[in-house]
Order: sequence, then structure tokens, then C-alpha cells
Amino acid sequence: MKTSNFFSQVMSSIGKFFIKMWNGILNLRKKRGFNSILASLFSIVIGIVIGLLLMLIIKPKDAFYGLAMMLSGGVSNISNIFQVLYTAAPLLMTGLAVGFAFKTGLFNIGAAGQYTVGAFFAIFGAVIFKLPWYLDILLAALGGALWGAIPGLFKAFLNVNEVITSIMFNWIGLFAVDLIIANTPRLLDTYYGGADQSRAVNVAGVNPGAKLPSLGMESLSPYMNVGIFIAIILAIVMFIILNKTTFGYELKACGYNKESSKYAGINAKRNIVLSMAISGALAGIGGALTYLAGTSQMQVTKSISPIGFNGIPVALLGMSNPIGIIFSALFIAYIQIGGNAMQPEFATEVIDIVISVIIYLSAFSLVFKQAIDKYLLNRNRKQKDLELAEENKPKAPAVETPKEGDLQ
Amino acid sequence: MKIWFIIIIRILVITIERTLKMSDYIIEMLNITKEFPGIIANDDISLQLRKGEIHALLGENGAGKSTLMSVLFGLYQPEKGTIKKNGEVVHIKNPNDANDLGIGMVHQHFMLVDVFTVLENIILGIEPNQLGFIKKKEARDKVMVLSKKYGLLVDPNAYVKDITVGMQQRVEILKMLYRENDILIFDEPTAVLTPQEIDELMMIMRNLAKEGKSILFITHKLNEIMAVADRVTVLRKGKCVATIDVKDATKEKLSLMMVGRSVNFNIEKEISNPKEVVLSARNLVIKSSSSKKMAVNDVSFDVHRGEIVCIAGIDGNGQTELVHGVTGLDEIVSGQLILDGHDITHASVRNRSKLGMSHIAEDRHKHGLILDYSLEENLVLQRYWQPEFQNKGFIRKNAVRSYSDDLIAKYDIRSGQGSITTVRSMSGGNQQKAIVAREVDKKHEVLIAVQPTRGLDIGAIEYIHKQLIAERDKGFGVLLISLELDEVMDLPDRILVIYEGRIVGELDPKKTTFQELGLYMSGAKRDPKFEPSADQGATQQ
Repeated sequence: MKTSNFFSQVMSSIGKFFIKMWNGILNLRKKRGFNSILASLFSIVIGIVIGLLLMLIIKPKDAFYGLAMMLSGGVSNISNIFQVLYTAAPLLMTGLAVGFAFKTGLFNIGAAGQYTVGAFFAIFGAVIFKLPWYLDILLAALGGALWGAIPGLFKAFLNVNEVITSIMFNWIGLFAVDLIIANTPRLLDTYYGGADQSRAVNVAGVNPGAKLPSLGMESLSPYMNVGIFIAIILAIVMFIILNKTTFGYELKACGYNKESSKYAGINAKRNIVLSMAISGALAGIGGALTYLAGTSQMQVTKSISPIGFNGIPVALLGMSNPIGIIFSALFIAYIQIGGNAMQPEFATEVIDIVISVIIYLSAFSLVFKQAIDKYLLNRNRKQKDLELAEENKPKAPAVETPKEGDLQ
Repeated sequence: MKIWFIIIIRILVITIERTLKMSDYIIEMLNITKEFPGIIANDDISLQLRKGEIHALLGENGAGKSTLMSVLFGLYQPEKGTIKKNGEVVHIKNPNDANDLGIGMVHQHFMLVDVFTVLENIILGIEPNQLGFIKKKEARDKVMVLSKKYGLLVDPNAYVKDITVGMQQRVEILKMLYRENDILIFDEPTAVLTPQEIDELMMIMRNLAKEGKSILFITHKLNEIMAVADRVTVLRKGKCVATIDVKDATKEKLSLMMVGRSVNFNIEKEISNPKEVVLSARNLVIKSSSSKKMAVNDVSFDVHRGEIVCIAGIDGNGQTELVHGVTGLDEIVSGQLILDGHDITHASVRNRSKLGMSHIAEDRHKHGLILDYSLEENLVLQRYWQPEFQNKGFIRKNAVRSYSDDLIAKYDIRSGQGSITTVRSMSGGNQQKAIVAREVDKKHEVLIAVQPTRGLDIGAIEYIHKQLIAERDKGFGVLLISLELDEVMDLPDRILVIYEGRIVGELDPKKTTFQELGLYMSGAKRDPKFEPSADQGATQQ
């Protein structure tokens, strides 16, 4: 008897739990962010479908296998999971940089340059001054902030469009960094006995204190470090700044309507510069997280880092919301790592095209959001119409006409 | 035989029905329903326009007039309902479709290219050409014929930026006539005109109707309807109240239909009791935002506690720049501005606000509100930095919410979801109420109200006027800048007329007349007291 009693109690509590969950999901639908999340998921699904079609055209035999590899590659083994987190950290930072600027009405297309300058500052601090990793990250933030603030100053005081200046600063930043690295022997790999003349030394080798802590999981994967946690914490900090503080209130106000902010006594110029500087600092930290991990070395190249540019779709997919950006960065890192698992059935170029298609479609999330909003509106209206029809059935429609008596 | 007979009768009946319908109405909008998120802008509205009539569309702001006309002009697609022209159902998907059907519209804000001539503006989009070369002569001849026929005096060679607002409006009308439109929509055409120009426009509208054009005339001014319209359709809260003949109507009856209650046309206020000066401007000079000229030239005035001073004038005579200079949005080139004993000539907007300046901005969308912020966020726009609403940089959400709820209740601000409503989705009147609530509730000594009732309905105007008078009676100074003549005559205790950046006269609203005011506003008359003196002119050189 007792056991059956216990059993029914357990069952009923499980039932209650499910009802609660279902209600929770239903309530979620009414929340503001729900449509955004739905739209982002939708655009991902459509991106994957088109990616699959592409694979079917290029290599029909292996298309479904390729898709399966792409979607499962990120979790197929523990090393890949860590690699996803490792790849996501800098992406999250550049995505945060672009998204933060978006929220304040600025299009920071210069995240790539800020990322590069930030990375350089971090390496310089680590190799030349032998600073520990946390100070290197701070230096990187400073470098990125500087590189973001200059277009901000131009925008605020000379009204030069930040898109143009920040694109130019991508190139200026890239070649300035190249120039300095190539002419500072102590930064180069060759100085420490390496063979490659065109890359900087591995930071971890020269200054072990500059390597990001691996949290005791180095045995599992060389890619594991605190980078992803730093990035997530910064995302949460940005969320709090934007949504809970007067500073965020001012920044968003400037983004929505510069004239109204002026009217409200907000110093719009100061905010533009600050916003670009913060955005640059975030991208700069992204650069530090990449090269302080000890797994890659900065190259003297003539091409801008794709991580900076991928920040734009990451921000768009996350609807510029810092919390959303955490997930979108993880997703894009995930399909990149998954893409690697598609080799050797698919050539790396094909993999890149498929990944690009998915990322490209993710930028459509705003379009989908509008479509979903419209659809929900229509459905709500139909429901309302039905309810109204039910209510109005017995009553005759009231017609308001003025009575002569009311006039006097 | 019998079947043939029935068929013939049937065909006859159908043709007769068709012709009957055709002769009756040129445009019919039947059971139109148009919704926006959270609001039904048009709820089952029907409107029938006869050929050759002037049909007024009357309603408060947010009653759905503009929406209905936008549906007719193809800017919006209705959810329900049909539009018929001459009895046949038509589908108007965009303004080009409307144009093809002969529907033209004069928008409230003119759609003219400033740097083009009048002629170029009129033919824009349908230029008569040969191998891509414009045949200007042909176009000019056609325009001049139309101009003469309807008494629309324009100079085809003048640039639009150089001509008066009244002439710009005539250009807009000629644009419609040039396109051979015969259904003309006028969207609040008198809002920007002087009394003399309004009379002229009424004449033109009558001429057009006489020549067989059908006119839809959107307005909320009852005098104009009584003067010019044949029939009037009254809308209220998105619903059609009734369509009546104007000759059966009275102003009182129309306003009752429009507002749903009787409205007091006379502003009730006691005689003012001005005390010491609270805002004092001395020889202000302010640059124009568009050209190198000084838009405000040597303007001086005082606002006392307990009085409403109005700066009246035709739009574009320096009012905007004067307000921007006084409120700190633009710099003052020279002169002095004193608020309650403090020199604020070069103070920042925030400091002026702290010292007691409240400002109801001219353009509530551009300046007064952040449309994508919620109502509560907008209600603390001038105060979010005060300790009451923030603690060490963190916004005190609960304090903001309860303050916002208080204001909403106190000032009767209506919205879909209360404090969390996005301001963009609110009606113009309630947006303005939110601004008034915010500026009046904040600690202040002087209130600068720039066109506070622009585009609002009678109910909201009455409400805002009451608030301004209450401000005055509480001992604050009120500086009103207005283009609405009724408001200029009824509300203030003193009128200063501004013309080409200078104060040209001071009038007592109780003694002056519309005609006298019009003369000052158009620059035809100038009080010798305000003539710029010789030595002042010399110092400015």
C-alpha cells in the first residue's frame, strides 16, 4: 500500500512539474525576447538547409554524411568540445564589440583592426615586459580602446562616418602591427630559434606566466583555458551596463535618437567616443584571448583577421543582445569545428562555402523576426475577432449618435 | 421566348444599376478596417465621395483620418473592406495606382524639391520629353493654362526654397492638376498658412469643386468646414460617427460628434498677475542652422512669473533658432540670457534644466521623445540621473516604475500596456501628454512650450491649455511659441510678434484683432518701438 501511495505521489509531482514547465514555455512566448530567439533559430535552420542543398549539388553522395559530421563534429569528442569553446571566446568578444556599438547606434566595422591591435598589445606586454596574463589582457583592452576611440572622435567632433574610418583603421592597424613586429627582433620567432621569419613568437614559450590558466584541464586538451569564461563574464557585464545602469540608458538613448539625447542634456559626443572605445576594448580583449592561449602565433600577413569580421554576423544572429551573442558565438564556433570534421570527403573550400552560407543566412534573423512578428499579430487578431464575435452575438452593435439635448 | 425576355430584363436591370451607381459616387470606401499593433486605426469605416463636392473628414488626432486617406492613396493596405471608383472595385497597392485612378494628395508636409524650380517640381516624375530631352516649353504652357484656369498664382521659374509656404502649397495643387487628377485629398492644408492665405485657399478649393474636381479635406478646424465643405464625415476613435450635410450642422454639433462630449471653445482663465522677471533675454543673436545668416537678430524680451508670453509669427521667421538658443540646443552668438538670476547664456542643456528650465519641444519625435524607449524610460528622460532614480549608476527600476505609474494616473496618459508601452505605438496626443507630464512635473521655474498643441485634437488641446494656465497660476513663467492663430489669441497674456528674426511688435491679445496680428506677422506693419536703432546696427557690423 505504502509503495503504491509513494508511487502515485511521485507520478503526480512529476505531472505537476511537466505542467509547470509547459506553462513556463507558454509564458515564455509572451516575453519580449521570444520572437528574437525564434527568429535566430529559424535563420539557422534555413541556413543549414541551404548548406545541405549546396552539398547535394557539389557531392550528392556524401552530402548527408557531411551534414551529420558538421552538426555532430563539435561534440564528437572531448577535445573538439574544448576547441569549440576556444574558438568561441574571441568570436564572442568581437561579436560583443559589434553588438555593443550597434546598441548605441554605431556600426563598428573596425572590430578586426581593434582585434589585431589588441592582440599586438598583449603580445608586446607578454614578450617584452614579461607581464602576467591578466595585465596583458588589460593592455590589449587599452590598445583596442585606442583603436576604437579614434574613429569615435572623428565621428563625434567632425561628423565623419564611423564605417569609413573604422574600415581604414583596420588596414592602418594591420600594417602598423606588421611593421612593428617585423622590426622588433625580440618579438620574432627566429630570435628564439624558430624557423619562420614572418611570425611572432609563441607567447607561452617565452613567458609562461602570460599563458591563460588552463584550470587544471591541460591533460584533456591544450585548448582549454579561462578565455571562454572571461568572455562570458564580460558579456554579462555588458548586459548589465546596457540594461541596468544610467550609463547604458544614456548610450542607448544616443543610439536610438541623438537629437532627443541632446534635448535631455546627455553629452552625445562623449558617449560616442566612450561607446567606440568600449567596443574597441572588447575586440582587443578578443585578440588577447586568441594569442595568450599558447596555441597559435601571430602572423605577419597582408589579410585582415576573419575573427573581427565574423563578429558582425555573430552580433546580428544574437540580435545585438549580449546574452544572445554568447549563444551565437558558440554556435558559429561549433559549425566551424564541425566543418573540420567534414574532411576529407569535402575540400576545405567547399566547407568554407557551406559555413559561409550558414553564417550569411544567420544575418537574416532580423528579416525573420519581422515576419514572425507579423504572423503572430495576424493570428492574435484572428483570435480576437473570434472572441469578439462570441461576445457580441447577443448584443446589437452600439451606435453612438449625438443627442440634440446634449448640445446645450 | 419567356427565357429570352427574362434575360433581357435582367441585363437591363444590371446596366441600370451600374449607371445609377456610376452617377452617384466617384469614390466609395466601404467597410474599411485597418489595424496596427495594439490599435484598430480604422474600424469598419465607410466614406462616399460625390463628384464635384468638397467632403470634409473631421476627427481628433488618432481618430483614423490620416490612416483612411493613406489607405485611399495606396500607402496602407486595409485588412478588410473595398474601394470602388465609379461603382467598380479597384485595388490600390501603391501611390502610383492611386495616381492612375486620378487620386492626388497634398500632404501636410510638402513633398517638393527645394533646389528645383516650381515648373521642375510640377512636372517631376512625368516630364514630357523627346528622346530624353525635357520639353520645357510644352510643360510651361500646360502649367500656365492650369494656373490661370484655377486662379493658382505661381512663378514657374522661382526656386521652391525662395517662395512662400502659401505658394508652395499652390505648387502642390498644380502638381495634382498637371497629373489630371480629379480626386484631390488635402491633408490639414491650413496648418501652415496665415489668415489671408487661408481665405485664398478656400477660394481655390471652391473653384476646383466648381470645375468638377472632387475634394477630400482632412481637418480638425470646425470654422473651415463650415466655410467651405458640402458634407462632412466625422470619425472618432477609429469608428465612423456619421456623415452629415454641412448646412444641417453647427460647430457645436460637430465638435460634440468629434469629441463625444461638449467642448468649451473659450479658454477659461483669470486675469494674470505677473510678478518679477524669471527669464530675460537681451540682444540675442543666433545663427541659422541652414544658412550663414543670423536667424535671430537682436531679440530681447522678459518673461515674468505668473504670465504666459507668446512669440507669434509665420513659420520660419527664427522661432526654431530662438528656442534652440534659449534651451541650449544651439549656441548663442551674442547677447545674454538670464534665468532666475543665473546667467545661462553659455550653460549646457543639463545645467539649464537643473536651474529650472522645462522645455516642451517643437518636434516631439525628433526631440521630445525616444520613440523606441518605453513610456517609463521616456518619463524619466530629464531626471534619470537624479538620486531618486539611480544609485551609484544603477537605475532604480522600482522607483522609475512607481513614478511612471503615478504620472500616468495623474496626467491621464493612455497607452496599450501602461509604463512598459513602447512610445512609438502611442497616439500623438498621448505622446504629447507624456512630454507635458514630464516637463511640468519636473522642478522648474520657467516652461518653454513650443507649439505644444501641434497636430492634436480639440480634447487634447483643451487639456494642454489647462496645464499651461495652471503653470502660470502656480507662479511659473511660461514662454509659448505658436503658429496656431487661435492659440496665439486665446492663451497668452502678452504677444510678441517675430518677423525675419526680429521682434516687430508687442500686442495685447484682449485688444488686438486677427487682421492686425496678420499684418505684423507678414511684415506689413512694425512697431517703431522695435525698429533697430542706428547705434545697435553699428555695433553689429
